[in-house]
Amino acid sequence: MENLIALLVAAPLLGAVVLLCGGRRLDRIGHLLGTVLAAASFVIGAVLFVDMLGKGAEERTFTQHLFSWVPVEGFQADVGFQLDQLSMTFVLLISGVGTLIHIYSIGYMEHDERRRRFFGYLNLFVAAMLLLVIADNYLLLYVGWEGVGLASYLLIGFWQHKPSAATAAKKAFLVNRVGDMGLSIAIMLMFTTFGTFAFGSVLPSATDASEGKLTAIGLMLLLAACGKSAQVPLQSWLGDAMEGPTPVSALIHAATMVTAGVYLIVRSGVIFNAAPDAQTAVTVVGAVTLLFGAIVGCAKDDIKKALAGSTMSQIGYMILAAGLGPIGYVFAIMHLVTHGFFKAGLFLGAGSVMHGMNDEVDMRKYGALRKYMPITFATFGLGYLAIIGFPGLSGFFSKDKIIEAAFAKGGTEGWILGGVALLGAAITAFYMTRVMLMTFFGEKRWENDADGNQPHPHESPRSMTIPMIVLAFGSVFAGGIFGVGDRFLKWLEPVTGHAEGDSPVSAMTVTAATMVVLVIGVGIAWAVYGRRPVPAVAPRGSLLTRAARRDLLQDDFNHVVLVRGGEHLTRSLVYVDHTLVDGVVNGTAASVGGLSGRLRKLQNGYARTYAVSMFGGAAIIIAATLLMRAV
Amino acid sequence: MTGLAAAATTTSTGEALQFWVLGTVAVIGALSTVLMRRAVHSALCLAGTMIILAVFYLANGAYFLGIVQIVVYTGAIMMLFLFVVMLVGVTAADSLQETIKGQRWLAVACGLGFGVLLIAGIGNASLTHFNGLGQANAAGNVQGLATLIFTKYVFAFEITGALLITAAVGAMVLTHRERTERAATQREMSEARTRSSHLPPLPAPGVYARHNAVDVAGLLPDGTPSELTVMQTLRQRGQIRDVSSEALADLKALEQRSEDRLGRGHDSSPREEEEAAK
Amino acid sequence: MNPVNYLYLASLLFTIGAAGVLIRRNAIVVFMCVELMLNACNLAFVAFSRMHGNLDGQIIAFFTMVVAAAEVVVGLAIIVSLFRARHSASVDDASLMKL
Repeated sequence: MENLIALLVAAPLLGAVVLLCGGRRLDRIGHLLGTVLAAASFVIGAVLFVDMLGKGAEERTFTQHLFSWVPVEGFQADVGFQLDQLSMTFVLLISGVGTLIHIYSIGYMEHDERRRRFFGYLNLFVAAMLLLVIADNYLLLYVGWEGVGLASYLLIGFWQHKPSAATAAKKAFLVNRVGDMGLSIAIMLMFTTFGTFAFGSVLPSATDASEGKLTAIGLMLLLAACGKSAQVPLQSWLGDAMEGPTPVSALIHAATMVTAGVYLIVRSGVIFNAAPDAQTAVTVVGAVTLLFGAIVGCAKDDIKKALAGSTMSQIGYMILAAGLGPIGYVFAIMHLVTHGFFKAGLFLGAGSVMHGMNDEVDMRKYGALRKYMPITFATFGLGYLAIIGFPGLSGFFSKDKIIEAAFAKGGTEGWILGGVALLGAAITAFYMTRVMLMTFFGEKRWENDADGNQPHPHESPRSMTIPMIVLAFGSVFAGGIFGVGDRFLKWLEPVTGHAEGDSPVSAMTVTAATMVVLVIGVGIAWAVYGRRPVPAVAPRGSLLTRAARRDLLQDDFNHVVLVRGGEHLTRSLVYVDHTLVDGVVNGTAASVGGLSGRLRKLQNGYARTYAVSMFGGAAIIIAATLLMRAV
Repeated sequence: MTGLAAAATTTSTGEALQFWVLGTVAVIGALSTVLMRRAVHSALCLAGTMIILAVFYLANGAYFLGIVQIVVYTGAIMMLFLFVVMLVGVTAADSLQETIKGQRWLAVACGLGFGVLLIAGIGNASLTHFNGLGQANAAGNVQGLATLIFTKYVFAFEITGALLITAAVGAMVLTHRERTERAATQREMSEARTRSSHLPPLPAPGVYARHNAVDVAGLLPDGTPSELTVMQTLRQRGQIRDVSSEALADLKALEQRSEDRLGRGHDSSPREEEEAAK
Repeated sequence: MNPVNYLYLASLLFTIGAAGVLIRRNAIVVFMCVELMLNACNLAFVAFSRMHGNLDGQIIAFFTMVVAAAEVVVGLAIIVSLFRARHSASVDDASLMKL
């Protein structure tokens, strides 16, 4: 049974290779092949899951050693897999949501000439992501990590004929690279500290290392997580990544890839537990991003970018929870899974809306779509209720737990984090209600597109609606299935460990507070966007709104600090190079040249001059000999 | 023989006298070798120095070397030098003017420094005790040398033999000139001579018989020198001495004297005026 | 008289010869000065031979003479061919060993 693990990766990888190398003759069946192979991965995952459920909690870790990758003395890099409860959760999420989005893409990309290639990239992504989560060592994880980065780059820039898409892909790749550097440095540090990078060797012995080293490793891992999961300060790429096709946004930039950072932190939990400073950094990053994403989400009129801000914010929740240590690991993953459902559903809904509205993304040009797209409206609405944490839906269970865990951190820290999480919940409610109202309610604000075509909103084909329906089911019930009776907690606890925090407020109080802020957020949104008509042209807005529309000046910050700073650094380095380094080099050359020009005159060609130097040399040797004897 | 052997172990007054006298001459000879302007004088001075050195060898008990120094070195090698000096030109006197800037000062400084150091080194070394060669030369100096050469130094001896042969071959190779054109036969030479403007023998040098040296061109009746009278080799080297002006000056002085004797006073003859106008 | 005076004489002759090599331009005279240096060495060898009471010094002096003879043969041949080529026996005329 354990030998099936490799097939999880092999199936989509085969799809990627066949589709990308197969050429045009596969155009007609390419999308089906890709979908079938992704589904095959899911089926294998499900089989393994059932098998795993049949075993006791202690025997649930499957391993498979495939081959030795770099069999060198002292540097053992193996290709081996480890499938435990944590990995299994991810495998099911990735292959499940991945398969649904493959199905959705069949319809969504129907008119695209390069659909086969698109499916090849999607399969490549699924394979890399699965490799990331089932690798049994950090080096192999890094392979998957880079693989998803590559797939993300290819898919964001899929419509590369649009300069904005090409630039966005480049931006995502470059920003991710910063995080990748962090991961590679972390792996190197691990190797120097522990002499290995296998989970099985590093994690149990992590507490043996000094705290300083663990803090360094933890911070580097956090940097990696920031890059991949779009956390402050490496968040700037996610908004632009929405240039990619909507299924990509749903799969990669909402449900799966961006959660890789959370996986990395939870997987390395032992290291963070032993390095409190790194853990604090994680919570700070999570809390800041949570508010950052939420505020950006409030101001965006582009439906996908609003959802992207929301994604950032929700991953902020997860990172925050992961930074809380054993109190929060399980809830981070739980929120990750439920978020995977409802955010994928929301993105697919957004894609469906765009599909019906001639690819219009500005919410100010939507309105009153609920009658024209009933299924989309229903699934999007359920996703909406799930994300704001409506009681009984998945978001309620997972987010509530994270807020509780934040308070349970204890002390001033706990109050601050809990307060931030609550505030985030309120803002989440506000901006999601805003999206909902602007898109599906109010009056029509439709406009003709650039070619003068009038929009004819219509329900999307079945291949698109079915995945949305399935995901809507997940959005509604996943939280309940996980949360009631602490099923998910018991499932994951053997891997991540769990500790009940010391909460200064009771769980009921937190839930009540959450409900209150939820109502407040929804209320404000309804007051602004529900009661009054939405202006078709965005009002000027406050200073904060304008800043938030510009992603809270993240790009300006990067430009001023990184680009300008880099330019200045380069310029000064060039100056130093020209004056100092070149000066030394040229000066040396010139002095050698001048000296040899003078020495050359000694070579006048007269044998007698040479004889004089020989004779003088002989005299000097005799003098030296006599001197040495005298001494 | 016994007296000489004794001279090797002790430094008799006779030897001291000999050393101081001949040593002074040797140093003078060496200095003259360096300072004489003509190569042939240098060679002669050097030969003298070498002979004195031969005497010193004898005085030091090296009888065989002393003889060899005279016979081989002074007799053969120095004569070889003289041959080459003749070949290159015996009369060519070198200018002792230094052409390389600072060369002479450097040479003198180096020489002085070197000499002072050598002498200081010898003075420092404890060389007061001389064993003398009485015992080594007991069976005769030549016999002793022969024993050493054909036993201890036999390989060196053989190798120097090979070296001499190589040197001889090398000298031949160096001086050998490949003939690049066919040598003219006697017939061709006589034909060429017949066609040339000088059918009779070339004029002999030294028409006025004041000089019969081969490098002095004979004077034509009008007093100008004719290069034809000098050997072709010397002509090519440019080693012709022009004595026409001397000869004319001598002639003029002679005429002046004879006219003084004849009491003609300062009357200038028409011929003299003609000379002066020329 | 101390026989060490022979050594002083030898060094004096050697130094004179060396100075001659440096000062004179005529290749033949230069060569004679080299011979003078060799002879000075021979004198020293002979004196050493007397000092040590064995004949090895004389043997070396003998070999020096043989080598000097070989050297003279080759050296004079070189001078002659040089003279043929350049019509001059000055060592300064053969100053092509420079840039």
